[in-house]
Parts: sequence; structure tokens; C-alpha cells
Amino acid sequence: MTVETPRGMQNFIESIIEFIDENVRGSFNGKNPLVAPLALTVFIWITLMNTMDLVPVDWLPSLAQYIGANFFGVDPHHVYFKVVPTTDPNATFGLSIGVFILMVYYSIKNKGIGGFTAELTLHPFESKNPILKVLLIPANFFLEFVSLIAKPVSHSLRLFGNMYAGEMIFILIALLPFWIQWTLSLPWAIFHILIVLLQAFIFMTLVIVYMDMAHDKGH
Amino acid sequence: METSILFLAGSILMGLGALGAAVGIGILGARFIEGVARQPELMGMLRTQMFIVMGLVDAVPMIAVGISMYILFAVA
Repeated sequence: MTVETPRGMQNFIESIIEFIDENVRGSFNGKNPLVAPLALTVFIWITLMNTMDLVPVDWLPSLAQYIGANFFGVDPHHVYFKVVPTTDPNATFGLSIGVFILMVYYSIKNKGIGGFTAELTLHPFESKNPILKVLLIPANFFLEFVSLIAKPVSHSLRLFGNMYAGEMIFILIALLPFWIQWTLSLPWAIFHILIVLLQAFIFMTLVIVYMDMAHDKGH
Repeated sequence: METSILFLAGSILMGLGALGAAVGIGILGARFIEGVARQPELMGMLRTQMFIVMGLVDAVPMIAVGISMYILFAVA
């Protein structure tokens, strides 16, 4: 392992770190040593979880049924095994609710609880008159609250929808007769490789953007 | 619930989502090509931004596809 001329695996890892570094520098304008490792973790973890979708769709469930039948004495038809975690909305909501909690925590830490509630209740309808400000609070809060909740919900369901639909199409293609399967499964698998990387990248970019919004003190 | 109306619901969900996604991404791609035609040296950066915005535009149609697949295969 050398510093001047990295080779092989070291070069590959360094290129991933540089890619994440470039993206974080481009979008994040605050000062927080947590954001870049968070972006790296999220990107690599989601990529690896999504890539499990490329394993042929009945190998692992068949293996699970075999193990269940022979080592545990279970009826094979009752063994249920779905291997891609991101096709389960629980996993994607876990990721996005974690990011949401971090966003609220850093918002309150950087802007104070007063600043955080001011952001929720004094935008987008602003006014100088204090009585009018109080009157506009319900309308502002409703709009800002919907926008706040839409963030983790859309964040997680985007990833879930893409992966669930992809896996479902793999399963449907697998039900076709064997002599026609290859014409559909090959293009779809190639397209799915793009989708896997793209969805992980989009999730990571949105994590960085939400962290940037949490650290943004001047409006 | 009746399977026939569940099939109809799932199909309408997916169809309207596909319509929105297709129009949105078509317009996005057209602006990208226009931008690259004006300034070819920005192609890499514009391509990255295009993929990011594509992910956002595609989000709600993809959510619709996910829910519709669930309705069509797990419920009906």
C-alpha cells in the first residue's frame, strides 16, 4: 500500500472516497464532520443492499426452502424468504427516519429551538406587523409541516418503489417460458444495474441536501 | 374487495403515474440537450444534475408503481 501510486483495490476505494468527497463539497456548505462519513455509509450500504436484487430471483428462496425442509423439518411451501432489504418499506423508512431525526437535531442545534420554530411558522407568508404574524402562523405552519413531513416520506418511498417494482418485474419475467426469458431478462437486468446505482446516488444526494438545509443559518 | 376493481385501481394508478413521469422527464431531457448545445464543456456537470432532478421527478410515479404492484400482486 503506497501513497503515490495506488493500485487495484486501494485505487478503487480511493476513487469512491473522492467521488463522495466531491459530492459533499459541492452541496454541503456547513461545518460538520459527520456529513461525509454519513454520505459514504448511506451510499455504499444502499448500493450493496440493492445489488442483491441481481441474484437470480429463485436461487436464495430455493436454498432457504431446502434448508428449512432438511434441517428444520418445516414444510417447504411455508418458507418465505425475500432477500432484498430495500424492497421492504420498513428498511427504507428506517433509513429515512434516521436521516430525518438527524436533520431535526442539527436544525435545533444550529438555529436554536426558537429559530427552528420561526422557520416553521414565519415562512412563506411574512409580515412586519406582529399581530398579522400571529394570525398567519396556522397557514404557515400547515404548509411548512406538510413540506417537512414530505421529506422523509418521499425519501424512503422513492427507494422502496423503485426496488419493489424492479424485483416484481424480475419475478414476472422468471414466470415466462425458458425459451423467451433471456430476451427480456437481459435488458432488464442491465437497466436495473443503472437503477441500483442511481437510486443509491439520489438517496445520498438528498441526505447531503437535507443536512445542508439543517445547517443553513442565514435565510 | 372485488378482484376486478382492484385490478382496475392498480392499472389506473400505474398508468397515470407513467403519464406524468414520461412528460416530466421528456421536458427535462430536452432542456438538458439544449443546455449542452449551448455550452458543451458543461456536459458532465449538467448530466449529473439531470440525473438528480430525474430522481426527484420520478419519485411520485415510482411510489405509484410500487403501490400499484403491491395492489396487483399481493392484494388482488
